[in-house]
Amino acid sequence: MKKKIVAMLLAGGQGSRLGILTSGMAKPAVPFGGKYRIIDFPLSNCVNSDIDTVGVLTQYRPLALNSYLGTGQHWDLDRSNGGVFVLPPYMTEHDGRWYSGTANAIWQNRAFVDQYDPDYVLILSGDHIYKMDYMKMLRFHAAHEAAATIAVLKVPMEEAHRFGIMNTDEAGTIVSFEEKPKVPKSNNASMGIYIFNWKLLREFMERDDADPESDNDFGKNIIPAMLNAGEKMVAYPFEGYWKDVGTIQSLWESNMDLLGDNPVLDLNDPSWRIYTRNPVMPPHYTDRMADVQNSIVTEGCVVRGAVHDSVLFCGAKIEEAADVALSVVFPNAEIGPSCTVSKAIVGENAVIGAGSKLGVPPKEGETVDNKLTGDIVLIGNDVVVPAGTVIPRGAVVTQETLEHYINGGANA
Amino acid sequence: MNQDAFGLIFTGEANPYMRDLVLSRAVAAVPFGGRYRIIDFVLSNLVNSGIRNVGLITQKNYHSLMDHLGTGKEWDLNRKRDGLFMLPPFSTKDNTGVYRGDIDAFHSVMQYIRRSNQKYLVLCGSHTVFNTTFDAILKQHRESGADITIMYNEDPRYTPEEQNRDLVMLFEEDGKTIRELEWNPRRPGSNYRSCEITVIDKDLFEDLVEDAYSRGCIDFVREVLLPKVRELKYMGWRYDGYVARIDSINTYFMHSMELLDAKAAKDLYNMQHPIYTKVKDEIGTKYGETAVVRNTVMADGCLIDGTVEDSIVFRGVTVERGASVKNSILMQGVTVRAGASLDHVILDKNVTVNAGHTLTGYEGIPLVFRKNLTV
Repeated sequence: MKKKIVAMLLAGGQGSRLGILTSGMAKPAVPFGGKYRIIDFPLSNCVNSDIDTVGVLTQYRPLALNSYLGTGQHWDLDRSNGGVFVLPPYMTEHDGRWYSGTANAIWQNRAFVDQYDPDYVLILSGDHIYKMDYMKMLRFHAAHEAAATIAVLKVPMEEAHRFGIMNTDEAGTIVSFEEKPKVPKSNNASMGIYIFNWKLLREFMERDDADPESDNDFGKNIIPAMLNAGEKMVAYPFEGYWKDVGTIQSLWESNMDLLGDNPVLDLNDPSWRIYTRNPVMPPHYTDRMADVQNSIVTEGCVVRGAVHDSVLFCGAKIEEAADVALSVVFPNAEIGPSCTVSKAIVGENAVIGAGSKLGVPPKEGETVDNKLTGDIVLIGNDVVVPAGTVIPRGAVVTQETLEHYINGGANA
Repeated sequence: MNQDAFGLIFTGEANPYMRDLVLSRAVAAVPFGGRYRIIDFVLSNLVNSGIRNVGLITQKNYHSLMDHLGTGKEWDLNRKRDGLFMLPPFSTKDNTGVYRGDIDAFHSVMQYIRRSNQKYLVLCGSHTVFNTTFDAILKQHRESGADITIMYNEDPRYTPEEQNRDLVMLFEEDGKTIRELEWNPRRPGSNYRSCEITVIDKDLFEDLVEDAYSRGCIDFVREVLLPKVRELKYMGWRYDGYVARIDSINTYFMHSMELLDAKAAKDLYNMQHPIYTKVKDEIGTKYGETAVVRNTVMADGCLIDGTVEDSIVFRGVTVERGASVKNSILMQGVTVRAGASLDHVILDKNVTVNAGHTLTGYEGIPLVFRKNLTV
């Protein structure tokens, strides 16, 4: 049946900047905000914008994402007409290939989109945290009779060089596009959210696919090609919270943005709920010795220690006399008795043994490989840290690097 | 597992002792345990036992139950084969549309019962809360050759003035065969009390109900189970986990507070057998800078800036800065404004307590404020 618009969500990659958090799952399945996974945000935005047909494109470990999405019932996307579909690369009788770029992923799934004969297609990426009404953007697109509309956000000029920058005229028409310019001409950063007229996009993708030199990428190929061809492309200005959570630092910051009396990111919004696969867990329990302030605590948690400025995901346990600050504790992780945890992300099901200290200043002469983490301690999923382990700021702890920190680094 | 059994839950009994909590809902729909309704426990027990066919008999005030259960999808009971069947009263040539008692109700839904192609029926009440599967009781029933098997536990607590569905059993020397049943006894002959779970062969149940109905009987326990004890083989199946019998405001309050006790919480919130409930898509609970929370069970979606101690807090509750809540039960959507102070209070859904009010009940006599009230 015909749909006005179909959303295609690029859930893509491994998210190498998130390091060990994405071993075993694609980036969009990374936990966020106590109850959510990153992908809940674009999916909920779709549902809240009355978009009921969503293709999720992924080629990295689709199992976690697939079993997470299920029939889509948690997002109200279990539809007889439409719904949510995971679209991995596939073989045909002739050939088959990995998705070679963002545009190629859509091109390979053109048959999926064609089923709905949509007027428009909405391209989204799976690693951004924001609340946005895509219908407003679609009305903007239609009112401007544009071939393509790209959502943009004003970023501080000094940060503009990290983004794809859209230079526009006064009417908001895009005149040029620069990917991560050294000297940015404007601060309209592309949010990676595009609306295209489907028929036109199909033509450009077909041409792009025939070009062996192309990277088959929206930013690098399709959008410049459309601009060169003189198609009308407009920038849709978005105001509000938007964060690329592709790095450990930004993932941590974005979680912290939920805290405080007037949080930068307020999810307590009945008119724009973020839906998620709710874990089936009892309410949380805070015991007599607990001391919790400025934090998010979710169902299934048990708190016996002190928790400040932190986010606890479902089923996390904080044992007695433990002290957790400025940290993000993922589902079912356990912080043992008398641990101190400062500025850490503790992976799913990780166990921190009694009396361990996470996030202490490095010892004299100790060097920590913190390219990915800055000053944030990162404990991998399922890592079991023995009692009394001391882990310096910025350290990345996996089952393999753990040895290094046991017995105060004596084995180093 | 247990594909040979189906469940039938009777939620029709009125209970005046529950007072304001049942003004607009059946006892089965009363919120319990921080994020559940009483019905969630027995329904999850059935589902966790692998039972995929469940009928739910409703009487008056069933809107809130229907709203809560929906299509049964949270319990995985939105099935093409079997699933959840809501059985509200309806008028027929021999029925006025209001059940006079459970026999009347069972007779009215006989079509559903006949159509169920399972051999055994797990007949469930809706006042008793526990978390277990029915695997063992069904196994015992199949193997023992009993006509009727009743789940019970040992519970010495007895409040005759408020217990209006107390079924006590006396055993033969084998400790399993039931010799006698007592209904609301003044002086019970034992502390073995029914958990409102009766396993019975479907064919036998049909016969018993139709026979009783034709004789104008109303109450299944009193007029069928009690008199037939000498004629049929009754056995008991003992459960040693935590059981909450919710028969009155006082037992409701007492059992709620027991969830702050590790043993009760461990049994009822056993994650091996999850308790399913309607999902609300609430955010995580936010503790503010001035929050002080001790010994409290709390669901998601709350905003806590005040003090909460020894309490049960349901989803979406707000406790403002400077407010103090002790020994209380705050149901979904309650707001306690700055400086208000509560002790031994039950606030039903969406009650608002305005700034500066002090509400105090007493131990054993909690103050109850009904749904949507503003104090």
